[in-house]
Amino acid sequence: MSVLQALDICLALLVFAVAAWTIFAPGAFAATVGYVVYGLLLSLVWIRLFAVDVALTEAAIGSGVTGVLLIGAAARLRATESAGHEKSLSGLSRLLVAVLCVLVALSLAGVVLLLPDQGPSLAPQSMQHLAETGLGNPVTAVLIAYRAFDTMLEKVVLVLAVVGVWSLAADRYWGGAPGEARAERPEPTLAFLAQILAPLGVLVGIHVFWVGADAPGGAFQGGAILAAMWIIVTMARLTEAPQTNAVWLRLAIVAGPLVFLAAGVAGAIIAGGFFAYPPGFAKPAILFIEAFMVLSIAVALPMLVAGPPRREPRQ
Amino acid sequence: MTSATLAGLVGAALVGLGLYGLIANPQPLRKILAFNLMGSGVFLVFGIVARKGAAAGLQADPVPQAMVITGIVVAFAASALAVALVLRLFEAAGQATLNPDAWAKPPDDGAGAE
Repeated sequence: MSVLQALDICLALLVFAVAAWTIFAPGAFAATVGYVVYGLLLSLVWIRLFAVDVALTEAAIGSGVTGVLLIGAAARLRATESAGHEKSLSGLSRLLVAVLCVLVALSLAGVVLLLPDQGPSLAPQSMQHLAETGLGNPVTAVLIAYRAFDTMLEKVVLVLAVVGVWSLAADRYWGGAPGEARAERPEPTLAFLAQILAPLGVLVGIHVFWVGADAPGGAFQGGAILAAMWIIVTMARLTEAPQTNAVWLRLAIVAGPLVFLAAGVAGAIIAGGFFAYPPGFAKPAILFIEAFMVLSIAVALPMLVAGPPRREPRQ
Repeated sequence: MTSATLAGLVGAALVGLGLYGLIANPQPLRKILAFNLMGSGVFLVFGIVARKGAAAGLQADPVPQAMVITGIVVAFAASALAVALVLRLFEAAGQATLNPDAWAKPPDDGAGAE
């Protein structure tokens, strides 16, 4: 057994152990902290699968932003946890559920083991037309060129999620700001962290977006890092979330899908196909669309984490 | 066993663990957590399909990778909405339980917060 194989097995065991912790941990708060660790370990597994783009997304969104969301919720729900309203399953039902879940896992494991070594692949086709897109990263090409419609609709899902979260506001808070107000005297440690980390993080986020054309990275990953920086600064209460009735905020959230859709329609007129890019002009067009996607992601994710408005709107 | 197969087996185990948590954990937040765990297990199984599609000088098929990236973002959006619903329920009723018995009697704390 080589060193790498041994490391693989250790990583697999560690991921499984931390995942089991997030399910069986006694408290919700401990479980969510476990989930963040789990997400980071999982991104290492993705690197071992040579899927660096996915690893970056998992670390930034799956672990980071989802972690903040869940930890925040766990902290606010702490009071109900001990209230004793919950009724646990009986021992027998637990056993039955466990048997069911083991069966599901075993059949999936069987499928995994039966997969042929060389499966069907769209890799040759993606490489064949990569030069026409002007990109060097085939994953970005799939996201923005070959399967552009998917990615555009996914941006719409983000917008719908924001609308859904905002509409949970009490009537009198509609249009107000979510989250905590800016603090007169922010907590010094957190403020220090935000002041040091945010400028660097913004730089890293833009870099990850920009290199995404040719190397692992892209709009999702870069946008998520930018979003995380905004979340950190808001958490340190150096600034506060904007009012949800602000026109610029709403425009920024819909800019990504709108520009994407407009580019798709323009493609139908200029390049002869919905979401087709004119030859020789593909890369600038893709980067232009991606820039607006980064903006939308960087604004929508913090809004989703901040939750519904909780203060009355100022006129 | 290759590292891809090993990752696929971890994915299968994660789906099982997540499903168990989804059914057996009574609190809504723990269910959301378990659902996310299950989702990432499914992504991982899909990830080895990508790895097995290595061809044309690429180490993994880019199409499943792009779909997983899309999936992670959508999973986050769904989680955010779910968490917002749970927190809203808690704010409005002072409890956030799925147990019907707890709703049959009037909640003992924070009643009528709205």
